[in-house]
Amino acid sequence: MLRRLLFAVGCASLVLAAPALAQDSTTVRYFTFSAAPDYLEELDTIVTAFEEANPGVNVEVETAPFADYFTLLQAGVASGDAPDVFELNYESFVTYAANGALLDISDLVSADAPFYPRALEAFQYEGAQMALPATFSTVLMFYNADLFDQAEVAYPTADWTWEDAIAAAQAIRALGDDTWGLFSPTQFWEFYKKAAQNGECSFFNADMTESTINSPACVSTLETMVGFMNDDLMPTASELSGVSDSELFLSGKLGMLVTGIWMFGAFADAPFAWDVEVEPAINQNANHFFANGVAVSSSTANGEAAAAWATFLASSETAANVRVEAGWELPALNEPAYFEAYLEQTPPENREAVFAALENPVTPPVIERQNEMQDAVNALLTQVVDGELTAQEALDQAKAELDALIN
Amino acid sequence: MSWNSGIHKWKWVALFLLPGLFGLSLFVLYPILSSFWLAFQDWNLLRPPEFIGLGNFQELMGDRDFWRALGYTLTFILMYVPVVFVLGLALALFLNQKARGMLIVRASSFLPVVASWVVVSLIWKWIFNPQYGLINYGLGVLGIQGPAWLFEPQTAVYAMVITSVWKDVGYIALLYLGGLQNISESYYEAARIDGATRWRVMRHITLPLLTPTMFFVTITLLINYFQMFEQVWLMPMRDSAADRQVEVIVTEVVKNAFSYSRMGYASAMSWVLFVLIFAITIVQLRLQKRWVYYESAE
Repeated sequence: MLRRLLFAVGCASLVLAAPALAQDSTTVRYFTFSAAPDYLEELDTIVTAFEEANPGVNVEVETAPFADYFTLLQAGVASGDAPDVFELNYESFVTYAANGALLDISDLVSADAPFYPRALEAFQYEGAQMALPATFSTVLMFYNADLFDQAEVAYPTADWTWEDAIAAAQAIRALGDDTWGLFSPTQFWEFYKKAAQNGECSFFNADMTESTINSPACVSTLETMVGFMNDDLMPTASELSGVSDSELFLSGKLGMLVTGIWMFGAFADAPFAWDVEVEPAINQNANHFFANGVAVSSSTANGEAAAAWATFLASSETAANVRVEAGWELPALNEPAYFEAYLEQTPPENREAVFAALENPVTPPVIERQNEMQDAVNALLTQVVDGELTAQEALDQAKAELDALIN
Repeated sequence: MSWNSGIHKWKWVALFLLPGLFGLSLFVLYPILSSFWLAFQDWNLLRPPEFIGLGNFQELMGDRDFWRALGYTLTFILMYVPVVFVLGLALALFLNQKARGMLIVRASSFLPVVASWVVVSLIWKWIFNPQYGLINYGLGVLGIQGPAWLFEPQTAVYAMVITSVWKDVGYIALLYLGGLQNISESYYEAARIDGATRWRVMRHITLPLLTPTMFFVTITLLINYFQMFEQVWLMPMRDSAADRQVEVIVTEVVKNAFSYSRMGYASAMSWVLFVLIFAITIVQLRLQKRWVYYESAE
C-alpha cells in the first residue's frame, strides 16, 4: 500500500515537471512591474512585433505589482532562477549592478539607438552599459489657473524662483481659510531635487566617500522647504487628515502642486483650468529625472536574444509609439517625432514643459543601501517638520547615518 | 500487542502524519533552522551568503533603530497588557452572568477578534481622523481640540493601544470565561451557606481559582505582543511622523529583510527576539509558583 502510494506521488511529480523539458526555440523571460494591470495589451503588442522581427525568439512576460516586485526578483536571483530580462528603476539599478546581477550589454547594444545621452549614462556602471533606459518621467509645478485669477497674480513662468512662488502662494492663501497656496512635500525626493536647485548642496562628495548633507547650503535648502509649512502656505499632514495632495488639488483648494507628470490623466477632468510649468529655481533650475531601465540578467543563457528584446523594448519605434499613445510613461528617446501626438493632448496646455524639464535633469543620489538611506533621511525630515529638530541638527544626524551606510 | 504489530501500527501512524510533517518541515522547521544559520551570514539575496560570525549581533547592539523598536515594543506592552488583562476579566465576569440575551452579547464581544486587522485598522483610522473622525468630533463637542492621533508618534501609540484592546478584549474575556465556568459551583454554594459577601466570594474563590487562566493569559499576551506587527504596519497615516518613526521589533525585521535586503541581519534580529521571549517566559514559569493556584495540586 505504502509503496503504491509513493509510486503514485512519483508519477505525479514527473507529470508536473514535463512541460519544463519540452523547449525548442529560445525563450526570453521578461519580468516587469510597470505593465500590469493597465498596460498588458500594449506590452503584448510590443512583444508580438518583436517576435515577428526575431523569428525563433519567444518572450514570456511575468508581472508583479511594484510593492512585491523586488522581493520576487531577488528571490529569483538568489535561487538561480532570475528572469532573462527585467525592469529596474534607477534607484535599484546600482544595487543590482554592484552585486554582479546584471550582464554587461555594452557590446550588444546598437550605438545609433536614439537614447537621451543623459538617460543612457544613468544606466552605466563603472564605465559599462549595464541596462538601457526604457522610460522616464519628471515632476512639474501644477497650478490652478482659476485660483491665480481670483488672487490676481500672474501665472508661473519658466524663470520663476521660489520667492515668486511664495509670493503667489501668499496671495492665494489669503483667499480663504481652506485654500492653500502650495504643496511641495518635505521628503527625500523633493529634498535632493531642491538641493540641486540650490546648486551648492549635494548629499555626497564627488567620490562618494563622505556625506555632505549637512553643508550650509543643504541646511538653507531644507529651511526653505520647511518654510512653506511654517509660513502656513502649505497644509501639514494632520491638516490634510489623510486627504492626499492630489485630492486637495482636484478639490480646487490648492494653488500650486509639485507632482509628477503621471498625474496628467488623473487631473484631466478637473473642474477648473490648470496648467503646468517647470519648477521654480532657488539659484538654478533643476528637475526630477525618474527613469526605469531594462536589464539583462548576468545568469541568462540567452544573452543575445535577451539584449535584443531589451533594446527593442527600450528603443524601437513600435515600443515608443505604443507607449506614447497609451500614456504608458514616455520613452527615453531623443526623437521629437515620437512625441507629436503626446504634445497635442490637453490639458495641460504647456505640455512642452515636460521636455523643457529635461534640460536640467537631476537623478537621485544612489548608494547600494538605497532604501535605508531614504528611510533614514525621511524619518529625520519629519522631525524637522514637527519642530523636534532644527534643520542643522537633523542634517548633522543624517550625515552620520549616511556615512555609516556608505562605509 | 506483539512487537511486530506495534511496528506495523507505527507505519500507519507515520503515513498519516506524513502530509502534516512534510508541511511542517518545509514551511516551519526548515525556515527556522536556516534563519539560525543566516543570522551568522551577510546575505543581500543577490550575492551568495557570506559568513560573518557574530557580526550581525554586534551591529544590533549599536543599532539605534533596533533599540528604538524595542523601546516602542515595551511601551506597547506596558500600556496594553495591564489594560486588556483587567478589562478582559471585567468583561468575562459580566458575560458570565445568566441573563436573557447574554449569548448575543457574548457573540458580539467576540466579533472584533475574528475581524481582520486590515478592516479594523481602516475603521479606526477613520475614527481617529483628526478632522473627520468620531473621537475628535466628540472631543470638539466638549470643547476640547483633539490631537492628530495617527500622525504623531506619541498619540499614535495611544491610538494603537486603544484599537488593540478593543480588538483583543473579547478573546481574553473568552479565555477567562472558560476559567470561570470551570470553577465548581459547589465552592460558591458553600460560600453562600457561610454567608460570604459577593466581594469575599470574588476575592477568596473566584480570583484564586482563576489564577491558572490569568497565568495563561499573561504568557500568551506577552508572547503575542513582543511579536506585534499588524497595527504598527497598518495604522499610522502614510508618510506622517508616526509612520516614519514608530517601529516595533517585527516591523524592523520585515523592513530589514524585505526593504533593505539584509536577510542575515533580519534573521539575527528575529533570534534576539526569540531569546527575549524565551527568557521572559522562563521567568514567568518560575514566578508562577508564587501566585498561581492549581486546584488539582491540592
